Amino acid sequence: MANLRLRDQLFTGIVWGAALLVTGSFLWLLSDMLIHGAGQLSWSFLTAETENAGRAGGIGPILVSTLLILAVAMLVACPIGLATAVLLSEFIAKDNRVARAIGMSIDVLAGVPSIVFGLFGMAFFSAYLGLGFSILAGGLTLACMVLPILIRTIEEGLSAVPDEWRKGAAVLGMSRLSALLHILLPAAAPALAAGLMLGIGRAMAETAALIFTSGYVDRMPSSLHDSGRALAVHIYDLSMNVAGGDANAYASALVLVIMLIIINNIALWLATSLLQKRISHV
Amino acid sequence: MFRSHANKSYADDILRLALMSAAVVAVGILLLILLFLLRESWPALQRIGLYRFVADAGWHPLEGAFNLAPMLIATLAVALGAILIAGPIGIASAVFGQFYAPPMIAASFKRMVALLAGIPSVVFGLWGLTVLVPIIAKWQPPGAGLLAGMLILAFMILPTVALTADAALKAVPDQYLRGANALGISQAGLIFNVMIPAARSGIIGGILLATARALGETMAVLMVAGNVVQVPNSLFDPVRVLTANIALEMAYATTEHRATLFVSGLALMLLVVALAAMAGKLGGRLHG
Repeated sequence: MANLRLRDQLFTGIVWGAALLVTGSFLWLLSDMLIHGAGQLSWSFLTAETENAGRAGGIGPILVSTLLILAVAMLVACPIGLATAVLLSEFIAKDNRVARAIGMSIDVLAGVPSIVFGLFGMAFFSAYLGLGFSILAGGLTLACMVLPILIRTIEEGLSAVPDEWRKGAAVLGMSRLSALLHILLPAAAPALAAGLMLGIGRAMAETAALIFTSGYVDRMPSSLHDSGRALAVHIYDLSMNVAGGDANAYASALVLVIMLIIINNIALWLATSLLQKRISHV
Repeated sequence: MFRSHANKSYADDILRLALMSAAVVAVGILLLILLFLLRESWPALQRIGLYRFVADAGWHPLEGAFNLAPMLIATLAVALGAILIAGPIGIASAVFGQFYAPPMIAASFKRMVALLAGIPSVVFGLWGLTVLVPIIAKWQPPGAGLLAGMLILAFMILPTVALTADAALKAVPDQYLRGANALGISQAGLIFNVMIPAARSGIIGGILLATARALGETMAVLMVAGNVVQVPNSLFDPVRVLTANIALEMAYATTEHRATLFVSGLALMLLVVALAAMAGKLGGRLHG
């Protein structure tokens, strides 16, 4: 018995040790980001032009490029993602062969490494379609990348809508289109928004897929055909290729992480609380 | 799901057609990726051939030597090291969150792990480059190398292991817990002999998923692993992984060199997709 108790204590120690290690590493990372990054943060850092390869000045053009790339990605991915999710959850049975084939290819797409998306984007959007290094090419590449997460989140939201609502709509003689527009999509709206947020988060964190598609140019873009440097690419370039760029790299990383935390929290809140409230109240 | 014939209308047919075509686009993207990777790899596959990718005298693409083996070995070594570190710690974290942590701490611990999962790889890379590498360099210069790559990757994929193991442990039926309690098994015995075996397939699925992520990761490894093309002899040797090689050389690669980079991308994709598919079969999914 003494042996067993010793083993239990050892096990408890190991489990607590692992948790402390994870927490400690997390706090270490967080504190370094705050210590090295917070000092540079100011309104002018967020809005100023980038100077001296990023060592000086701010990230104004970088933020604009990032937002444009995200806008292109989401504008393209959302309609396709929404339609595919609706098809999968409302129009074909889950065990149907077509549904399984579509579902499988979405899962495979979700597993493709981001550098491979970068290769594809460069070969297809930049070279084959002639978009070159541009915000458009980068945004379209990211659209392909975020599609699986959009589809799966929206699908989940739709399947959380109770079946009685569908039957009710059918009994009232509503066409499936109007049932979709007036009942199902409004009910699942929080999930749609959550999917959108998760997609934006994924796209914003991306670096490898953008290096060869939207490129490195750190000037203010004047059109979608210009090259534009995303925030994540900026962090990479500052830390790897620019001597003396670490301080601004940390400040940019802090901006990126803060934006991601806000986006993820909105997604979480939308997906859980709001969805349940809607379905239980109406 | 409603599939009645009563309300078929013209608008519904159009709707169905529109949805179908969107799905065709979604599936088409995957096929297009494969097609274009193959198309761009073709010159290398045809003129260089698979054998030379492992038999050439080193990686000197400008002189026509295309040996990918050192980088493939480095890729596998970094990923293996990362999973050996992140696997046990991640599972222990999940066990902590499920069974050991007081409720208040458990909630914030899980939030922290979820937060960690959302941190971009380039930020891990930045931190590794500026904090971790100098620490290793003090002990074993130059610092940037296999160990730094393993540690940063482990940190990055740990949330994947922890979150999937957590979900798998949560899914174990309550009767198991009650039955074991009734038998008077100790907590450690319960976790080791009952809960973890019962959640086994989900946990392994999560580990496969994390391995796939580690193999496919570019930025974090690129920034800390030193990027010298060589088969590592020690944990401290600088290495270059396949993904990093693509990111570093694609900017100036032409003809067969470029095609060879696409070959390595294709190989990575097939490897990672096979692992992810295996993980999906075992139920190690983060979403859905």
